Amino acid sequence: MSEKIIELEHVDAGYPGAVILHDVSFSVERGEIFILLGGSGCGKSTIMKHMIGLNPVLAGRLRVAGMEWTRRTRAELCRKIGVMYQSGALFGSMTCLENVMLPLEEFTRLGRKARRERAMELLGDVELADAAEKMPNEISGGMRKRVAIARAMALEPEIIFLDEPSAGLDPITSSALDGLILKLRAAKGTTFVVVTHELPSIFKIADRAAMFDKARRGMIALGRPQELKEGSEDEFVRKFFNRGETDGKS
Amino acid sequence: MNFFAAIGKRTCDAVSAAHDNLAFLGETTVCALDLLVRPRRFRLRDCALAFERAAFDALPITTGIGFLLGLILAFQSAAALQMFGVEVYVSDLLAIGLFRELGPLVTAIILAGRTGSAFAAEIGTMKVDEELDALTTMGLPPVRFLVLPRVVAAVLAMPVLTIFAELAGLVGGALVLRLMGVPTTVFWQHVTSVSGVFMISFGLAKGALFGGLVGLIGCGSGMRTQATADGVGVAATSAVVGGIVAIAVTDGLLAVLCYLWKL
Repeated sequence: MSEKIIELEHVDAGYPGAVILHDVSFSVERGEIFILLGGSGCGKSTIMKHMIGLNPVLAGRLRVAGMEWTRRTRAELCRKIGVMYQSGALFGSMTCLENVMLPLEEFTRLGRKARRERAMELLGDVELADAAEKMPNEISGGMRKRVAIARAMALEPEIIFLDEPSAGLDPITSSALDGLILKLRAAKGTTFVVVTHELPSIFKIADRAAMFDKARRGMIALGRPQELKEGSEDEFVRKFFNRGETDGKS
Repeated sequence: MNFFAAIGKRTCDAVSAAHDNLAFLGETTVCALDLLVRPRRFRLRDCALAFERAAFDALPITTGIGFLLGLILAFQSAAALQMFGVEVYVSDLLAIGLFRELGPLVTAIILAGRTGSAFAAEIGTMKVDEELDALTTMGLPPVRFLVLPRVVAAVLAMPVLTIFAELAGLVGGALVLRLMGVPTTVFWQHVTSVSGVFMISFGLAKGALFGGLVGLIGCGSGMRTQATADGVGVAATSAVVGGIVAIAVTDGLLAVLCYLWKL
C-alpha cells in the first residue's frame, strides 16, 4: 500500500493578507514524481514554499513526512527534505565541492576526508565530478542546477523539491536534467516534487500532476498527465496540455 | 492618498520596520548566546574572510584619511594657538581629540560606508538569489551563518583600524608642527603625557561598539532586501545611512554619559 508523504487538507496558500490559492487538497505518495503546474503567477511556487516550510499556510493543514512545520519539528523536517531553487542558489563564495560538503559539515559527524569523498560521489552522480573545484560563477546554469541537486541529495532526504528546473535551459540540457531526476528516483527511491510548466518534462517524468489556475485561485486538476490531457473536462486544462499541438494553428 | 492616510501608512511602515529590527536583534542575540554554548558552530573561516575585507583591505583608506585628519586639525588649531605662542599644545589637542573622539568616529564612518554597505549588498544579493532560503531549508539559520561572522569581524576590525587611523593622524599633526618649528620629540612628549591607557582603551572600546552597530545594521539591511530591481542598492544605502546615524547617536549618548560620570 502506498504511503502519503505530503498531505494538504483545505490549505489556503499565499502571504498574510493575500490568499493566492484557496482550499487546496491533495497528497503526494512516497517515491512519486509529482508536478505542480500552471501558468505564471498561479501560485505553484508559493505552495511549494509552504511545503518546504519557508512560509506558514494561511489556513488548513499541511503535513510533510507525517509532521506539520512547527518550531519543534523544523530541524527534523529540514533533514527530510532537499530543495533545488530556480537559480540553483549555490553559495557564490564556495566551490561546487564546498557547496555540496556544507550540509555534510553541518549535520554529520563525518571527518573532512569522508565528507569530501561523499561530496565527490554526489557530484559524480550528477556527472559533475570534474567541476568540483570550480566556483558557481564559472559554470553554466544547467551545471549549477545539477550541483544544487547534488547538494540537495547530500543528506539523503526523503523528498526533493525542484523549483522550475528547466527554466532558462536549452531543451537538450533540460532533457538531461529530466533524465537525472528519473535516474536518482530509480537509484534511491526519493520522492520528487517539481514545479514546472514545461510540457515535455511533465510527460517525461511525472507520475501525477496538480494544476493551479490564477483566475480561479485554486487547484483545477489532479491526475496523471496523459489523463489530464485526454480526459479533463476543464477547458483550461485541455488547452494547457494541448497547447503544443494547437500552437501555430489558426 | 490624502494627508492623514499618508501619515497612517508611514506610521504603520515605521512600526513594522521597528518590529523587524527588534526581531532581527533578538534572533542575533539568541544565536550569539547559542554560540557561547556551542562555539564549534561558529563559522570561523567566514569571520576571518570578513575580517580580512573589513580590516586589512580598508587599512590604506583609513590610514590615509586619519593622516589627513591629523594634518587638517593641526593646521586649523595651530593657526589659532600660534597667536598666543602655544602651538605646541596642538599635540595635546590632537592626542585627546583623536584617541577619545575623532579616531573611532571617523573610522566608524569609513567602516559604515565601505564595509556596512558591502555587508548589505552581499547578503541582499544572496537573498535575491534565494541563497538565504536555501540556508533556511537546509536548517541553517542565516543569522548564524551570515550575520554573526560579519558582526564579529566588524567588532574586531574597528579597534585595528582605529589604532592605525589615530597613529596616522598623529604623524600628520607632528609633520605640521615640525613645519612650524616644534621638534617632533616635544610633540611626542606632549602626546604621551596627556594620553593614558584609559583614554586609549575607551576610544578602542567605543570603536568596537561602533563596529558592532555597523555590522548589525549592514547585515540587517541585507536581510530585509526586497527582490526588486533596486532592492540591493536600497539596502546598501540604508546600511550606510542607518550606520552613520546610529554611530552619531551612540557617540552623542556616550559623550553625555562621560560628562555625567566625569570620565
